[in-house]
Amino acid sequence: MKTCLIVDDSRIIRKVARRILEDLAFEVSEAGDGAEALAYCRSEMPDAVLLDWNMPVMDGIAFVKQLRTEPGGDRPTVLFCTIENDPARIEEALEAGADEYVMKPFDGDILESKFAEAGLL
Amino acid sequence: MALSGEDMAHLAALVKAACGIIVPQDRATAIESRLGPVARRENFPSVSALIDRIIAQPDQALVRAVVDALRVSETQFFRDKAPFEAFRTEVLPAFLARRPDGKVRVWSAGCSTGQEPYSLAIVGEEVRAFLPTLSLDIIATDVSDRCLEKAKSGLYTQFEAQRGLPIRMLIKHFEPIDDFWRASPQLRAAVRWGRFNLMHEPTKLGVFDVIFCRNVLSQFDEPTRAATLERIGTALAPDGLLFLGGDETTHELTDAFRPVQGRNGLYCKAPGHIRAVA
Repeated sequence: MKTCLIVDDSRIIRKVARRILEDLAFEVSEAGDGAEALAYCRSEMPDAVLLDWNMPVMDGIAFVKQLRTEPGGDRPTVLFCTIENDPARIEEALEAGADEYVMKPFDGDILESKFAEAGLL
Repeated sequence: MALSGEDMAHLAALVKAACGIIVPQDRATAIESRLGPVARRENFPSVSALIDRIIAQPDQALVRAVVDALRVSETQFFRDKAPFEAFRTEVLPAFLARRPDGKVRVWSAGCSTGQEPYSLAIVGEEVRAFLPTLSLDIIATDVSDRCLEKAKSGLYTQFEAQRGLPIRMLIKHFEPIDDFWRASPQLRAAVRWGRFNLMHEPTKLGVFDVIFCRNVLSQFDEPTRAATLERIGTALAPDGLLFLGGDETTHELTDAFRPVQGRNGLYCKAPGHIRAVA
């Protein structure tokens, strides 16, 4: 079973995304910010990370930049999932090390299509 | 008030004559909810009254509005992926090798809201990066004015823009406008649009190297599918290729095509039919 870490400071978003990803047969874990997510990854690298941008403590960009320097940190497929939809910001996320990018609001079809795009399904 | 069996039978006959689409007789409730907005917009007291009117007086604009509301227009960018991958890696390079002038003509038949022809145009731009002689001519037709209007505008909601389009393609070929994403001017200029009913002979459209007619035939009954395939065949070059939807086939409908081995949904002309057309 593939594993996915959902990183979002909104409990509701985590719940919605968890339901969709469990239907896609992922084993799901959650983190409320980038620092928590990093601690999780240091103990166990997930196959995928669904990552919010704006979060307290450590935001998504800082997280993915740090993740990519960690041992084995190049392995997880990172998909941003954020309200940011300015092409310059999207570019910034991709340059920081993200593989795909989902704009909120999203639904099950979009997440499925993006996870397939990223080679996770 | 629910639609009567008689209403449904009349409606089915009318829609089939207009565009070949089958109206399932057991879906009265679904049909009524789809036609409700049309009846309200055109000031009819009920869907039944709307159907009575188009039977008594088959006004073309009204029939079109009804057909528009009933047909399945759902689609997405790079639907099913594999056909577009085959188009990019095999089909386009093969035609380019056989066409010294670099011209390849493609028909998106039943293009709905435009995701298919824009996907083909994106592939065209990508292929041109390494095969610069390519001159891809994309003709996209649909029977629905409403779909064509949306397709031409190149405007997609964020939901639509994210279905099937990888993020790098989205930011390369689209730009955000308010709550929408709009196809780039280059992409919009790469497609020519026209209203065309697949129930008619495609003579005026010319001859095509590749025809995409995906998830269109499945809305027709068997005789209409067969006749449509025969008509499409007359617009396909002798060495042309036809892409159908994943669950569509020419099998037992026409002997004008034969499947390309190992390629689900891809067909070429049957040998006997090449001479007849060429």
